[in-house]
Amino acid sequence: MAQTIETHGEPDLRPVGLRGIAADFSSDQRAFKTASWGKAMMWIFLLSDTFVFGCFLIAYMTARISTPVAWPNPSEVFALHIGGEDVPLILIAIMTFVLISSSGTMAMAVNFGYRRDRHKTAMLMLLTALLGACFVGMQAFEWTKLITEGVRPWENPWGAAQFGSTFFMITGFHGTHVTIGVIFLLIVARKVWRGDFDEERRGFFTSRRGRYEAVEIMGLYWHFVDLVWVFIFAFFYLW
Amino acid sequence: MNETTAHAHIQTAHAQTPHSQAPGQQHPIRLYLFVWGLLFVLSACSYMVDYLGIQSYLRWTLILVFMMLKAGLIVAIFMHMAWERLALVYAILLPPVLVLVFVALMVSEADYTIFTRLAFFGAGP
Repeated sequence: MAQTIETHGEPDLRPVGLRGIAADFSSDQRAFKTASWGKAMMWIFLLSDTFVFGCFLIAYMTARISTPVAWPNPSEVFALHIGGEDVPLILIAIMTFVLISSSGTMAMAVNFGYRRDRHKTAMLMLLTALLGACFVGMQAFEWTKLITEGVRPWENPWGAAQFGSTFFMITGFHGTHVTIGVIFLLIVARKVWRGDFDEERRGFFTSRRGRYEAVEIMGLYWHFVDLVWVFIFAFFYLW
Repeated sequence: MNETTAHAHIQTAHAQTPHSQAPGQQHPIRLYLFVWGLLFVLSACSYMVDYLGIQSYLRWTLILVFMMLKAGLIVAIFMHMAWERLALVYAILLPPVLVLVFVALMVSEADYTIFTRLAFFGAGP
């Protein structure tokens, strides 16, 4: 049929719904018609990362359910002493708002990227990187506070020893993702700023033509980091 | 499928997916700002659940509802999943749902572990 020879970027004339899925998966070219290979590969990487974080959270759930020792109350553990009284989870709340804001600036950077407004795109990406760095900074503060209070991967002053190991593992792995994201943002922002994507300059590593889609692919990674934090916030800090 | 029905399907595809024709996911800035605001409100709501000290099943219902709404908004709008073709949507979103089977297995396993710990070692460490 005529629509099987459609390629990326041309008008979409393919069937939709379940029939569309069957047509896409049985096609003799690529399954994900409107997503380029770069975008599809980032999605598949993120799917694998979902399983990694999923396993971490499931391990934490298993440890927490199966221990007869009382689990520390996160609402009290993560409280900060401000103005003479303990405010529960205040640092975590600020970290959440900072990360959501960075997701907002990233989404707008993608938008300005496709409008080929390279200065606005680069500035929004730098702002995203700055907010990400703020998040990592606050996490370093949180870790320092807990370590001085005696939390270790094998013990803590408030109850079940498993609290320490799961806390450092889950937040540590998420913080690593944010840090790698900040570096990734700076690299792509530099490419945007000097106009690599306007002149389709080839990448030093892949030697493929640079396109503004790189900003969207970078955005997928960044939003995923925010997405994981939504689950960590709900399961680790609110449970 | 004969040529006539094939053509009819092409027509519906054309009418139903106006967004996928635009190269590179172009959407209005206003939509992003709206979702951004909504995520702030939802985060504030889940924070208030803890701040107000809501307990038991109501706490869990609220936390999970706010979590899923936030996750859904990020994936659908910020990551543009709402405008991708169904083949990609299903390939990415169905596998994580199957992780729930793993969750159920481990809940059952953890229940058994705590049962044997309490039965053989008592409540204390």
